[in-house]
Amino acid sequence: MVGVGHYLVVSAILLVLGVFGIFLNRKNIIIILMAIELILLSVNINLVAFSAALGDLAGQVFTMFVLTVAAAEAAIGLAIVVIYFRNRGSIEVEDVTLMRG
Amino acid sequence: MNWSLSLPEIVLAVCGMGILLFGVVKRDDKTDICSMLTIAALVLCAVLVVGNSTGVAFEGQFVGDPISVFAKLLILTASAFAILLSLDFNRRAHIARFEFPVLVLFATLGMMMMVSAGNMMSLYLGLELQSLSIYVLAAFARDDLRSAEAGLKYFVLGALASGLLLYGISLVYGFSGSMDFQGIARALADPSTASPGVIVGIVFVIAGLAFKVAAVPFHMWTPDVYEGAPTPVTAFLGTAPKVAAVVLFARVMMGPFGHALGQWQMLIEIVSIASMLLGALAAIGQSNIKRLMAYSSIGHMGYVLIGIACGNAAGFRGVLVYLVVYVFMNLGAFAVILAMRRRGLAVETISDLAGLGRNDPALALAMTIFMFSMAGIPPLSGFFGKLYIFLAAVQSGLWALAVIGVLTSVVGAFYYLRIIKVMYFDEPAPAFDRRAPSISVAAAMTGLFTTFFFVLPGPVLNAAAAAAKVLFG
Repeated sequence: MVGVGHYLVVSAILLVLGVFGIFLNRKNIIIILMAIELILLSVNINLVAFSAALGDLAGQVFTMFVLTVAAAEAAIGLAIVVIYFRNRGSIEVEDVTLMRG
Repeated sequence: MNWSLSLPEIVLAVCGMGILLFGVVKRDDKTDICSMLTIAALVLCAVLVVGNSTGVAFEGQFVGDPISVFAKLLILTASAFAILLSLDFNRRAHIARFEFPVLVLFATLGMMMMVSAGNMMSLYLGLELQSLSIYVLAAFARDDLRSAEAGLKYFVLGALASGLLLYGISLVYGFSGSMDFQGIARALADPSTASPGVIVGIVFVIAGLAFKVAAVPFHMWTPDVYEGAPTPVTAFLGTAPKVAAVVLFARVMMGPFGHALGQWQMLIEIVSIASMLLGALAAIGQSNIKRLMAYSSIGHMGYVLIGIACGNAAGFRGVLVYLVVYVFMNLGAFAVILAMRRRGLAVETISDLAGLGRNDPALALAMTIFMFSMAGIPPLSGFFGKLYIFLAAVQSGLWALAVIGVLTSVVGAFYYLRIIKVMYFDEPAPAFDRRAPSISVAAAMTGLFTTFFFVLPGPVLNAAAAAAKVLFG
């Protein structure tokens, strides 16, 4: 029997993969966008698993909203990457260093 | 279904779409008209907010109470000022496009949703509407590499923070069994029986919200985004979204998570102390005034977090008063920064201010007022903001926070006073270009507010106290 705990473990692994994908990745900004999607999907797994376990629909409704927002976020992220590429001619993560914070 | 509670938001959304359509259809010279229309829409919305009743709508998703009215009026004011400040700058920087005011308007709509959230779902959607609009605004000067880089950094780190916040929300939902703020509060009524899952969720939510208010250790985006984004965007970014995020932060921590104060208080204290220290120390070495303002805002957010760490009505009132004061002095300081322009080009280093006291005494006086106020020198408004925060900290027994707060504001006074010294006593640099009337108006209005806040602080204090009563009956 697969319980809520199993879903939580999968989702936690996806979250960690996503966060590491953002911080350890030194190559390409597109990979960062993929890592962000991974984080949002891990949240969706969590929400659906809890929703089923609690017998409460709110979690599944929230998942729909998260999917919609993720699509909008990806669109805006790609648009920003495009204007960055037009100015810089590269989307290597190591090149994003004009300002040092 | 009490939908009339959200009438201001509905009107603002319709106005936003109308202005967008108008801008697309009209052929030429539409930026100024669209900006004016947007300011008019914001003013109309403020009138509706004041006239609206209070209550709960949409099954608890949307809350209209004195807290949200207070925060909405402040947000609308800050947004209107930001648009006013953008008019001249955008035209001269060749980024005068009608999408600018429309994006500010939609960001404002998101912020109004945030401060009215009564449920994790409406919280998240408001936050994302605000964030997505601001990602675009930060990259608005699309031919400028610095602006594109600022947009990219803000987007990547902002999306990460939203992800963490969302993960926290999912854990809180799963382990408390509710998305509703009141439902969560009921589930946490006895924190000793609360599942550790909820506590982990609360920590994730704090991390996500701390990013949005730019508190240490989630501040790394702030200096770069402040420096790279076009200056009117920085002025907007440093005021209205901060108000929304802080009010949301305070409402979430003291409302649904209020019973678990013992579990999260230490965390907020640490974040607050780290923010105050970094804001005071890292700003000293800065030469770019926009970067300096970024570190200054990190420090200010540290003071605001003291109020949240108190977790009581006095702390909440201190937070609201501080936000009012902070918004006006920040807008004023950015109005002066926007006036820093030589031979048509914007200049941003602190040494460019040299000789301002001789070349433009009025502008130098305004900047002096804002800097003294940020340093917290009485009788300017910044002093009262800090006073009520420290008072709340002492009353709640958080002596360490109050003492560190006073010490860091002394360190902070050093770099604020350095700007004044540069303006009046350094070897004069060439004078700035004639400043635009819109900038003078904004600097004068915010300057008058900052100077004469002490004459009539009653309305703000009473409104803040009334708002604090909502959460602490």
